[in-house]
Amino acid sequence: MRTIAASYIIEKVADMCIRANRELPADVLAAFARRQAEETGPAAKEIFRQLLENAALAAETGLPLCQDCGLAVFFVELGEDVKIEGMGLRQAINEGMVKGYKDGYLRKSSCDPFTRKNTGDNSPAIIHFDVVPGDKLKISMMAKGGGSENMSRATMFAPAQGWKGIKEFVVTRVAEAGPNPCPPVIVGVGIGGNFELAAINSKKVLLRELGDTHPDPAVAKLEEELFTAINRLGVGPMGLGGATTCLAVKILVAPCHLASLPLAVNIQCHSARHKEVVL
Amino acid sequence: MSEHHLKTPLTDADVEKLAIGDVVYLTGTIYTGRDAAHKRLADSLDKGEALPFDLKGALIYYVGPSPAPPGRPIGAAGPTTSYRMDSFAPRLYGLGLKATIGKGKRSQEVKDAMVKHKAVYLGATGGAGALLSQRIKAAKVIAYEDLGPEAIRELSVEDFPLLVINDCRGGELYVQPDLASALA
Repeated sequence: MRTIAASYIIEKVADMCIRANRELPADVLAAFARRQAEETGPAAKEIFRQLLENAALAAETGLPLCQDCGLAVFFVELGEDVKIEGMGLRQAINEGMVKGYKDGYLRKSSCDPFTRKNTGDNSPAIIHFDVVPGDKLKISMMAKGGGSENMSRATMFAPAQGWKGIKEFVVTRVAEAGPNPCPPVIVGVGIGGNFELAAINSKKVLLRELGDTHPDPAVAKLEEELFTAINRLGVGPMGLGGATTCLAVKILVAPCHLASLPLAVNIQCHSARHKEVVL
Repeated sequence: MSEHHLKTPLTDADVEKLAIGDVVYLTGTIYTGRDAAHKRLADSLDKGEALPFDLKGALIYYVGPSPAPPGRPIGAAGPTTSYRMDSFAPRLYGLGLKATIGKGKRSQEVKDAMVKHKAVYLGATGGAGALLSQRIKAAKVIAYEDLGPEAIRELSVEDFPLLVINDCRGGELYVQPDLASALA
């Protein structure tokens, strides 16, 4: 049994919350630069120029990339041979998040759904736990903004609706969202599982590298098909028109009930802020 | 598409000059307001109370900035999605508001109100909060401090970069998605 001190987890989580909000992942920056070169319209090119300048300024000044520093979402893989010492893992992650959002001058966006009163410290963190073999603790953190989250949807299809129905739903969702979720977006698609698993998978899959290829060639082909279709919409960066409505489409498939075809679409804005740490 | 350097407050003549796709560099005073602040503004109007700022010629920026770090007037300050304020905007345009600033689509009612009251909707680049923060020279909370990031702030801006999304003649800059071609 390996022991990890809760105080160490708090420090690491605080640091990853701050850095996630200031530093865009390298794959996202590379996609901006490539797409800036490929776009032909001046408006689309100008948006990418601003986004690259914004990223450079955030790194230089320590300001967050976006004022919406999001709800803090965590995907945690806890090794079966790891013991946390000092406090519970959920509490440690939440305390680290609160510390990071305070010390990093990040916006606290969590509120009561009825009174709309701000909880004041961005808590509670939304944490999805998984237990895995081994003696490591892997924590992935996403700063997920409200604008893109509001454009996300889940539905329960009849099995007969199949791939055609799935494709129509996903592409129509991105079209209807239009400029609202800050395109170019990254589209996470959860297919199968059940009602809640499809939704969780549609978010979890957003942690993949933008340029990676799905290990199952059949799913990789579906991702490519959706990517091509969405970019034919012409919405473009910030809805001003162009060839880049999405930077990537990522699909996570899970077995489902005989009666169901669960489907969830999680839309991620271009400010795709996430960090991973393995302890 | 032309470029305009405008000073606040805005006049009808300023607004009439603007067409979709024009770039505006705005200098002067603007007011922040998003979901919760708009609810309170509407409640105040219902009760016949004075608003915390003069709407005549004014601009409201839909933003909830991140906290100001030491040595800066404000944190990141990019636009939030505007449709959530659509139910409030026509009434405010009717009372003299000349422009709203945000990102994303507006309802037909809001577009009609802009035509009727000679007003515009200006887009700022979403997700460029650190960049836009550089053009904000001063910020102070003037109402609803308890709302935290949603409090109404008076911002002094210099050459704040904006794009005309909806003009006062019913024009719209946003592209209509080509769903037929995408699903062909």
